[in-house]
Amino acid sequence: MATLTEAPPPLSPTAPTKKPPRKRGRLTPYWLLLPGLLWLVVFFALPMIYQASTSVQTGSLEEGYKVTWHFATYWNALSAYWPQFLRSVLYAGAATILCLALGYPLAYLIAFRAGRWRNLIMILVIAPFFTSFLIRTLAWKTILADGGPVVGALNTLHVLDVTSWLGWTAGDRVLATPLAVVCGLTYNFLPFMILPLYSSLERIDGRLHEAAGDLYARPATVFRKVTFPLSMPGVVSGTLLTFIPASGDYVNAELLGSTDTRMIGNVIQTQFLRVLDYPTAAALSFILMAAILLMVTFYIRRSGTEDLV
Amino acid sequence: MPLVNRLKRHFVVIAGLLTLGYLLLPNVVVTVFSFNKPKGRFNYEWQQFSTDAWQDPCGVSGLCGSLSLSLQIAVWATLGATLLGTMIAFALVRYRFRARGAVNSLIFLPMAMPEVVMAASLLTLFLNLGAQLGFWTILIAHIMFCLSFVVTAVKARVMSMDPRLEQAAQDLYAGPAQTFLRVTLPIAAPGIAAGALLAFALSFDDFIITNFNAGSTVTFPMFVWGSAQRGTPVQINVIGTAMFLVAVLLVLTSMAVGNRRNKQKA
Repeated sequence: MATLTEAPPPLSPTAPTKKPPRKRGRLTPYWLLLPGLLWLVVFFALPMIYQASTSVQTGSLEEGYKVTWHFATYWNALSAYWPQFLRSVLYAGAATILCLALGYPLAYLIAFRAGRWRNLIMILVIAPFFTSFLIRTLAWKTILADGGPVVGALNTLHVLDVTSWLGWTAGDRVLATPLAVVCGLTYNFLPFMILPLYSSLERIDGRLHEAAGDLYARPATVFRKVTFPLSMPGVVSGTLLTFIPASGDYVNAELLGSTDTRMIGNVIQTQFLRVLDYPTAAALSFILMAAILLMVTFYIRRSGTEDLV
Repeated sequence: MPLVNRLKRHFVVIAGLLTLGYLLLPNVVVTVFSFNKPKGRFNYEWQQFSTDAWQDPCGVSGLCGSLSLSLQIAVWATLGATLLGTMIAFALVRYRFRARGAVNSLIFLPMAMPEVVMAASLLTLFLNLGAQLGFWTILIAHIMFCLSFVVTAVKARVMSMDPRLEQAAQDLYAGPAQTFLRVTLPIAAPGIAAGALLAFALSFDDFIITNFNAGSTVTFPMFVWGSAQRGTPVQINVIGTAMFLVAVLLVLTSMAVGNRRNKQKA
């Protein structure tokens, strides 16, 4: 890489005078980085260390905590709360798949079919970012209300019979069931799927589609063999951007779910802010972090886009 | 079967518009219910049309106070994160130095971490230091998690910049400061603006990290959270609707300005 830029020979004997700025430039990047990195080290990395130490402490709120390398906290936390862990992965996974299925057509529409409507649709996708997501999540309570139009329609179509049998809903209600939580998660993280999908679809050269068509590929084949593979970077970053925050979320499970739909975020929140059992809470959040990092690394390896990180 | 064929041909458009409907349905509900006159404490059931809440949006105690607190925090967090993030982005794109990979991963990690993990770890730090939870701890947290997003946005823009423009400016005897202010900064501005806008939206809307590190301070999202348990006043829907309209207007005007500039260039 360096050899390419070194190619042009100095045009004049005054070339060496360019040296001083370069020398000054050697320290410049460090000065530019210093404040921001200091912030991240003190308020992101250091807290992780504090949390690691908290997770192996024992004691009580009154007498204070001491580091006793009590690793059993991890084991106890995991054996007590594995259902919530499992639920988090299942709900976040379901929401991610739904986001992909719902978001892909919209991203495709904006990238290739929207024409002069493109900007308007883009605004409508982004604008909800600026409206409080809590207010919008609460609106789902109205939409999914018992006896409301959505529940009524699903009931008439006998969808609720099937979902109840699967355990996704309970009787003829949707609120306070897993379906409501997954619906809320899907809704909340959908823009995080659409935007990366759109930016990778937008980069695809439309002539590739024409070429595939000229070679007698049917639209479905064009999609399967050309469009989808080329949009893989968007698919990978979109799924990560939805799965990671969804797995740690506790707002949807709290507002739209019940005690039977608690996710690990709810447990961490309760342990930290209400029970005040700091070691258990710290251990749980460390397990969550490790699980996410493991899954993400594995996923990125499998999907073959390591340059993403 | 012409209808089936037509549906097939327009499958993407139909499916995409349905998704858009799903995305906007809550906004429609929020808007409609801002004109409701609810019975009791909760505003989940339609009762009667009324513009009371629109005439008196601050009529609920604590609501507008929390709103102005959230705005203040968002403004300071945006300024802080944009300044620090832009500096990091320039360093990463423009210079080769040791530990560049390590810096890149440190920037990436906060985005690849569930918010609740960062929130909890930050709380353990503040508890250990005995810090008073409130405005300052919220601000510190917000700058921290907005920083990475700003870096990413600015980096994308600076990376696509042609370095020859700066060389040209220097060939025309512009000093380093002049080159930066007159050439580099204007070209990088859209990236910086995008990063700042993102930081503002993230900070203003953040609940999870704020909930852990706010103590008894109440930001707007925390006010909404509390009201979900105690009873939601209609005024919350008014604010939600107004925010949506302001956002659409802001984006529309910024696009109009951008279009005019492009036309002037052409």
